[in-house]
Amino acid sequence: MPHLLHLLPYLVAAWLFFCGLYGLVSSRHLVHSVICLAILQSSTYILLLGIGYRVGGVAPIFADIAPGTVTVDPVVQALMLTDVVVEAVVVALLLAMVVKAHEKSGTVSPDELRTLRG
Amino acid sequence: MRETLRVRLFFVFGGIFFLLFCSAARNLPPWGSYRGPYGDVIARVSVYERHATDVVNAINYDYRAMDTLGEEFILFTAVLGVLMLLRREQVKVNEGEKIDDRIRLSLTARASAMPALLVTVVFGFYIGLHGQLTPGGGFQAGVILASAPFLLYVCENTESFRRVTSHRALEVIEAAGAGGYAVIGLAALALGVPFLTNFLPLGTTGDVFSSGTIALISACVGFEVTAAFLLAGYAYLQEIIAGETPEE
Amino acid sequence: MIWVGAGLLILVAVTGFGVVRTRDVTGQVIAISFYGVLMSLVFFFFQAPDVALSQITVGAVALPLMIMLAISRMKYRTVRMRKRERDA
Repeated sequence: MPHLLHLLPYLVAAWLFFCGLYGLVSSRHLVHSVICLAILQSSTYILLLGIGYRVGGVAPIFADIAPGTVTVDPVVQALMLTDVVVEAVVVALLLAMVVKAHEKSGTVSPDELRTLRG
Repeated sequence: MRETLRVRLFFVFGGIFFLLFCSAARNLPPWGSYRGPYGDVIARVSVYERHATDVVNAINYDYRAMDTLGEEFILFTAVLGVLMLLRREQVKVNEGEKIDDRIRLSLTARASAMPALLVTVVFGFYIGLHGQLTPGGGFQAGVILASAPFLLYVCENTESFRRVTSHRALEVIEAAGAGGYAVIGLAALALGVPFLTNFLPLGTTGDVFSSGTIALISACVGFEVTAAFLLAGYAYLQEIIAGETPEE
Repeated sequence: MIWVGAGLLILVAVTGFGVVRTRDVTGQVIAISFYGVLMSLVFFFFQAPDVALSQITVGAVALPLMIMLAISRMKYRTVRMRKRERDA
């Protein structure tokens, strides 16, 4: 049975994923469900960084250390850097749709929005 | 379906999936023992090949510049969507319904916001300029610079905030940032090398103006991210700060 | 040193659950701002300074700002409609 510490980031990523999904499923306010989507997205950050981590490795910035020192994986960090900024703008787009839905129908509850007809 | 039924179904199937995930995670490599070769190869050669000491930004803007181009266009399209949904052409100023902000903010907040604004702008440019040397670059600098006009709203009134963020030049800056990235890639094509190759002279490692197109692409991305956040923020606030009457 | 990382990860798990269980939307914005700062600490522990810098600026400033702009716009419209119904 592998040690729990060896699996901790994978388990925390799965726990955050299911927390976000539970929030989406049981949400009564559209803005609450958009914020739970942001929690879902942050679970992938934990998973990616957990894969790239190396005990005893340093940050992959060679401004003051000699090139050739043992570092953590820089490729997953490059993947996540753009994703963090793009997430905020995509949340802004989703919230624009929520604002428009509130304008047209006067309600922000997803259950009520399902039964309204145009 | 009703909410309680939905949540109960989620617990059943979500629990099954969670157990499957945990039993699959037992075969993953233990935390802290990264063994893939690609990251070590890039960390070893990137300083010599590109004269850039920040390996993460060298990957973003040079080795995998195509992916960053795609991400930048995601940002561009998302802001396009926000503007299409929320922006109004005519802004009628209705004097009685504009928000009155001159009285509520305290003198301390307004007096300390102006030095904070200056420091934020200078810090944003500083972070954006040295992305190829130490942590920084276009994305972070864009977000820092985009938060500066909100400090302007705190220390002045909404009128100066509105004048900064509704300026026509912001759309031009955003388009220039997104298009400039693609133009740099096409310029490499015009010179006979593959798309988005680093074709400028690489310079000395450790200088601010080094590592070829990495600094140039980082500047383009910085302009685009700043303009994108300001345009989206203005689209949300347009009604409130102009006191416009919404159409029925 | 790895126990600090393990403690931070447990804290992230608990905070994520807390953000989801906050039903009031304005309170949830504060909760996700705190979650963003905590995530940047985790990134700092994982030796990723670039990503931590991005997460501080976006997750603690820009993302809550966007959400608060949307909430304030919806509230402004509700107040305006109610006032118009009262005056009419």
